[in-house]
Amino acid sequence: MGANKLTHVAGTAALLIALVILPGHLKYHHQDFIIFLTINVLVVVSYRLMTLTGEWSLIHIVMMGVGAYTSALLSKNLGVSVWLSIPLAGVSAGAVAALLSFPLFRMTQFYFLIGSFAVGEAIRLAWVYFVYPFGGSSGINTIPSPELFSIDFMEPIPYFYLVLAVVTLCLLILHRIEKSRIGLTLHAVHWKSPLAESVGVNAWKYRTLAFIIASIFVGVAGALKVHYLGNVTPHQFGVGTMVFVLIWVIVGGYNTFYGPILGAIVLSILDEAFRAFEAIRPAIYGVLLIAAIMFMPRGLESVPGWFRERLFRKTAK
Amino acid sequence: MELFLQSVVNSFIQGGFFSLWAVGLVLVFGVMGVVNFAHGELVMVGAYSIWVLHAQYGFPYIPALCMAVLLVTTIGVLMERFLFRPKREDPLGGLINSLGVLFILQVAAHVVGGTGPAKQVAPPFSGTFVIEEFLRVPYQRLFAVAVSVAALGLLWFFLTRTRLGWSLRAMAQDREAAALQGININRTSMIAIGVSGALAGLAGALMAPMTSIHPHMGHNVIITAFIVTIVGGIGSLSGAVLAAVLYAFLHTFVTAYISGTVATMSGLLIMVLVLIVKPTGIMGKRVSE
Repeated sequence: MGANKLTHVAGTAALLIALVILPGHLKYHHQDFIIFLTINVLVVVSYRLMTLTGEWSLIHIVMMGVGAYTSALLSKNLGVSVWLSIPLAGVSAGAVAALLSFPLFRMTQFYFLIGSFAVGEAIRLAWVYFVYPFGGSSGINTIPSPELFSIDFMEPIPYFYLVLAVVTLCLLILHRIEKSRIGLTLHAVHWKSPLAESVGVNAWKYRTLAFIIASIFVGVAGALKVHYLGNVTPHQFGVGTMVFVLIWVIVGGYNTFYGPILGAIVLSILDEAFRAFEAIRPAIYGVLLIAAIMFMPRGLESVPGWFRERLFRKTAK
Repeated sequence: MELFLQSVVNSFIQGGFFSLWAVGLVLVFGVMGVVNFAHGELVMVGAYSIWVLHAQYGFPYIPALCMAVLLVTTIGVLMERFLFRPKREDPLGGLINSLGVLFILQVAAHVVGGTGPAKQVAPPFSGTFVIEEFLRVPYQRLFAVAVSVAALGLLWFFLTRTRLGWSLRAMAQDREAAALQGININRTSMIAIGVSGALAGLAGALMAPMTSIHPHMGHNVIITAFIVTIVGGIGSLSGAVLAAVLYAFLHTFVTAYISGTVATMSGLLIMVLVLIVKPTGIMGKRVSE
């Protein structure tokens, strides 16, 4: 177990060092790619916190949109500093989640999945319909980027370091939460809901808590995205995007902390590799997805364990 | 007044389509326990078949329609055999597989139709049925309504009056008990998705001459089918048809008088309301645990 933990820490450290050195050696559009990938890592990890309770929602990406719109409106229309509007984006996504939890958590399982989809799509359509203040389907443009001393955050490399710092911090917090008493209770709510309730755990409260925490972090992710892109549209937060999040989490595997990260990274890189076949890219994605589900039902995270088992069995003989 | 009467007529036509979309989804969910997210894409394939066979290669409309139904049925059956059957114990896996199919079919449509603007198919039945000076219904739409109603009637007969139909309903009620009674689960699942595919293909083929055909047209279909399914009560076919007609009225009228966005938004909110207040829908029965 100790050796296992050591490999995890060493692996994480190596990955971080690689990420710090890497961007300077990349082409422009690859720098773009790695910024969005880092943001997406925060999206999938925060989503996994939600799934710990056993509830799969389809509203996560819309909560990212809530963060994105909040930060965009605050910084552009009210002149709030971007350094303040990014955390406020998390707060507002969390607040909206708290509000929505009243109708949403009257449902569970399949009903919750569909209900969360409906509420999310309704919010998204509200962004389309109300031209003031959300800008309708063309959204909000010319959103300011952060300013600090003379660093130009319009450039991808400085912005990447900002994103990396924020995402690393958020992942550390999310990891702490999962290992804390709250995280353990979330597991209990999933696997033994009646038992957990019989010892006084309020399952409803913990589902709500998980939803709020997940929304806060994805709200921050949304704000990070919006200040790099400079624009925000309702289209960015459609169910199509949500489907990609689901795919990353499921193909990566959702039983470990690093499973969804693995899924997001591996699938995004594969997707990027097929950029030359622009028109048929989604189909390649579809085939990979089906192959993963059929032949690797426990996700990419099961691959190292599978190898370890093979190796162990050979040495045992 | 003109707008009002025209909206009433349009509502009935839309109701026919909404029913066809939703009934297929309900059937697969009820019998197999799978949420088929590719259902909208099956409708899209039906519409594309008409565009290719009828508009491009000049097949007469009715044979083209039959071939569209056959093609989509085949796709459905293949999905059951190779994607849903191995994942019968894993609903999440089945759902993800259907998402994979969704991507593949959308790209197939891109490859077949090219990336140009949305396709239009000239209506094969020209002319308009004039009821009053201000109320006109193109024959194409009358044909679509008649065929939808006939298909739903046939389905009702099949489900309530034939042994095969009974086995489908038995399996929807309790899969294990049905298997214990000697019902072949594999064959019954295949029939369920076959019927679902046929209805989706039919809906697509009927819609083709009156809508714009593009690879993403399935999005709207699946949202509507979900709303109708939930409001009608999951697993209830008559509920789905009733909900389809009601929702068609709401959608047509709100679209005509306010806007299409608000129409979809109100549909979604009604769906959430139903989920909260009466999750079994307007016609569903309460299931005891």
